[in-house]
Amino acid sequence: MTQLPATTDKKLGLVIDLDTCVGCHACVTACKGWNDQGYGAALTDQDPYGAEPSGVFLNRVHSYEVQPEAGPAQIVNFPRSCLHCEDAPCVTVCPTGASYKRQEDGIVLVNEDACIGCGLCAWACPYGAREMEETAGVMKKCTLCVDRIYNENLPEIDRQPACVRTCPTGARHFGDLGDPDSKVSRLVAERGGFELMPEQGTKPVNRYLPPRKKDRPQEASLLAPLLDIKATGFAGWLDKLLERI
Amino acid sequence: MHPAPSVIVFTVLSGLGFGFLALLGLGIADPKGWPAFWLWGLGYALAAGGLTASTAHLGNPQRALLAFTQWRTSWLSREAWTSVAALLLLAPCALGDWLGFDVPLLGLLGAALSALTIFCTSMLYAQLKTVPRWNHFSVPLTYGLFSLTGGAILAGTGWFALLCCLALGIALVWGFRAGDLRFAACGSTLSTATGLGSIGSPRVFEQPHTGGNYLMREMIHVVGRKHAQKLRVIAVLFAAVLPAPLTLWPSPLTIGLAVLLHLTGAFVQRWLFFAEAEHVVGLYYGKR
Ligand code: SF4
Ligand code: SF4
Repeated sequence: MTQLPATTDKKLGLVIDLDTCVGCHACVTACKGWNDQGYGAALTDQDPYGAEPSGVFLNRVHSYEVQPEAGPAQIVNFPRSCLHCEDAPCVTVCPTGASYKRQEDGIVLVNEDACIGCGLCAWACPYGAREMEETAGVMKKCTLCVDRIYNENLPEIDRQPACVRTCPTGARHFGDLGDPDSKVSRLVAERGGFELMPEQGTKPVNRYLPPRKKDRPQEASLLAPLLDIKATGFAGWLDKLLERI
Repeated sequence: MHPAPSVIVFTVLSGLGFGFLALLGLGIADPKGWPAFWLWGLGYALAAGGLTASTAHLGNPQRALLAFTQWRTSWLSREAWTSVAALLLLAPCALGDWLGFDVPLLGLLGAALSALTIFCTSMLYAQLKTVPRWNHFSVPLTYGLFSLTGGAILAGTGWFALLCCLALGIALVWGFRAGDLRFAACGSTLSTATGLGSIGSPRVFEQPHTGGNYLMREMIHVVGRKHAQKLRVIAVLFAAVLPAPLTLWPSPLTIGLAVLLHLTGAFVQRWLFFAEAEHVVGLYYGKR
């Protein structure tokens, strides 16, 4: 059913820390690894060893250079995946009911058995979170690893999205953003977490934490008094001589 | 956006077909006997042919019937219903015109459903906030006028067709202008897309992948935009200006010629409609 639930019991989602992300792409590979053999159609690659390789990924890591008004520019690595929006436009446009948002936890999913592969949902998503699986002709997107987080066959520590579990710097956090006391909600409150493209009116659940203020190297070096050496004696005479030439 | 041939053929042909069927249903074009058979047949062929072409871009067309289920929220689903309902309701009128009996009311209803179908098609695009150029009422207006003009030329309606041509021409010129302002007006930039605007001005440092992907092929179509201005002129000339005088002396020859000219313009306009449209996801890639 493509009508969005008025409210969801939980708002499961990710909080991504742009301060700690080092841009290693481990989450990209972990995501592809898990989702290639788990839920639904595989994430195929086209022409993987040829001249124009292309493939389906549910998570991509961009890198941006941010130039502040003063001082040097800063590199920010920026993972981009489905934000499990509250007002998900990708769901309401779907003609078949294949796309839906779960009432119990807010996860946005695609029922691949009903998807006709029209691509309209990918057009409706501002964040480029949906990619067509061209071999199977169905739409793929982040499932928030719905087949891990509730999976009692996995050790408890692994019941998290593959990207979160794998991130070597702990830049990705998973939890209920609908509960103001959850770890992720507190993180968002403390660090000033923000939404992407709020003007698109999608009300994303996922939040991003801004890079922390960088320490600025002091204008004058700590070694300054030692560096300002006045040469004396023979060296001083040489110094004066050389300056005159 | 990628100008997929199947979608261009679909919107142009079914737009023309439903426009023509609506005029036949209203009795503005009112053939009798065998001419009725052929003209209604042409309307049906265009409308149904266009709809069939649209299934060519589906990944799983065998499940197309499921597209009737979500009419509460989805314009594509609504379009499925209105198009089938229009084609069914108009069938008795077509038979009536051919075999010479009168069917009250159904023609009116069928025409209204045809108009709704055209509106639903236009809303597939106009509903998308992610494509600012489309997210505007000039899109339903242009789609509606294209159908009306095409139908009126095909029906040989003389002055009425001429007025439609004029209206279409004006709407196109104005629509191109209005469309150019849309992306800036939507307010999405790389700063809002990344949220990094608060610490400085962001630019792409490195792409997330070195090859292409579905997003870039589908949403970021830059090829051909450089000829946009010329193509706009061609679209207005062929779709509206050149056929206009021909409509005043309707004969099979002039109608045929006017329709050909108009369709050429319609195909150029529709190609541009996709090729020129920029999706906000391009911002993440530093492209539009
Ligand atoms: S990020 Fe895109 S795919 Fe995910 S819920 Fe929002 S609109 Fe839908
Ligand atoms: S591609 Fe599939 S999930 Fe997306 S709108 Fe079409 S039918 Fe729905």
